[in-house]
Amino acid sequence: MRIEANTDVCIGAGQCVLTDPTVFDQHDDGIVMLITKHPEGEAAQRAREAVELCPSGALSLIEEPGDS
Amino acid sequence: MPASGDLADVEFPVARGCPFSTPAEYEQIREHSPITKVRLTNGGDAWWIAGHELGRAVLADRRFSSDRRRDNFPFVSTDPETRKQLQDQPTSMLGMDGAEHAQARRALMGEFTVRRMAGLRPRIQQIVDQHIDEMLSSEQRSADLVEALSLPVPSLVICELLGVPYADHDFFQAHSGPLVRHNTPPEVRARIQRELNTYLGALIDRKVTDPTDDLLGRQIAKQRAAGTFDRTSLVSMAFLLLIAGHETTANMISLGVVGLLQNPDQLAMIKEDPEKTPPAVEELLRYFTIADTVTARVATEDVQLGGTTINAGDGVVISGLAADHDPTVFTDPDRIDLERGARHHVAFGFGPHQCIGQTLARMELQIVFDTLFRRIPTLRLAAPLDDIPFKSDAFVYGAEKLPVAW
Repeated sequence: MRIEANTDVCIGAGQCVLTDPTVFDQHDDGIVMLITKHPEGEAAQRAREAVELCPSGALSLIEEPGDS
Repeated sequence: MPASGDLADVEFPVARGCPFSTPAEYEQIREHSPITKVRLTNGGDAWWIAGHELGRAVLADRRFSSDRRRDNFPFVSTDPETRKQLQDQPTSMLGMDGAEHAQARRALMGEFTVRRMAGLRPRIQQIVDQHIDEMLSSEQRSADLVEALSLPVPSLVICELLGVPYADHDFFQAHSGPLVRHNTPPEVRARIQRELNTYLGALIDRKVTDPTDDLLGRQIAKQRAAGTFDRTSLVSMAFLLLIAGHETTANMISLGVVGLLQNPDQLAMIKEDPEKTPPAVEELLRYFTIADTVTARVATEDVQLGGTTINAGDGVVISGLAADHDPTVFTDPDRIDLERGARHHVAFGFGPHQCIGQTLARMELQIVFDTLFRRIPTLRLAAPLDDIPFKSDAFVYGAEKLPVAW
């Protein structure tokens, strides 16, 4: 699983950072910054939740070969 | 398709009575269809979206406009005088679309990052503690919680954040309330708007002369450095943040306290374990969804929603309260269940306009609930629920007064 962030549509709501600050951060201007594109284990679960919660559609999940 | 049965006689918005039940009309609509045309009190009609999934989809769909100056925008007065007033005013971020909205939001969102908000935590804790100290120092062991805590805490926080002098926060507290009531006469609304605009204009002028390191001061400096200083847009931005900062968190504090006191088993959970407070705040936000019909739009082109065609120019109301009580998404939605996992509520809206101050609001609510029940564990309502004046006619639901004792 890979996470992609479209910084052009991010609205800086911060929900992703609140969901998992080990995966998501914000630049000083509020735009999302990915700490890792490949979260694992529980972080992967939380990253899925963050994608679901993202209000702007900036975050997406890409399933990759080998994902169970 | 006209609304069926009794609904044909109902005009929206309907009054919201007891905080522990959604209006009966909402359930009637839900049973009828997730999307229904309803009549509006101020004339005309609009589509009413009752489902969570459909609501989120519309709020994220850029074919729907937030521009309150458009004809058919739900709940905007149809009185020509009032409409003209509105159309002559510069619109705030709330009423912008597309690239114009993105630009305005991006200029501001660095002020509300999770990191910057976390930096405010000690000061907010101090403000909350000071107000609780004052409550505890009163000999009668009772207070109106709205006056003692719910309103002054967010009022001070937003004033400090923006850089509005402390001495003036009463002025905003008094002026923000009437602006979010449906029944405020247009001339009163216009007068308040004028007074606030005049005040904010003068404040911005002072900050141009004497720069300050606060949200308004930084926005002014940024615009002046870029050669894009725009006093009018700064006034409308400050106006939006002040009103939003006052009326929303204050009402959620009062209703949250009522919700917790009426559900002692739930309250016990957060008293025992403060780690449960953040999810509890999400559930309370969901349960009360105080800004129910603020999320309205106008279709800019014909749109197919489910099997229904929304025509270009039609008004649409995405009822946040209905969405957050959608039983297909939240099991047994009329019960407060702090552990249900409610983060996907739409109490802050959804899509590009989702509340810019949500991280601040969450933190204020967490600090208030934790501190209040830790420091005053015997807190109780000092009046029967039926005697508490709830804001049944407001865009932002809440309590007028909340008598408590300990």
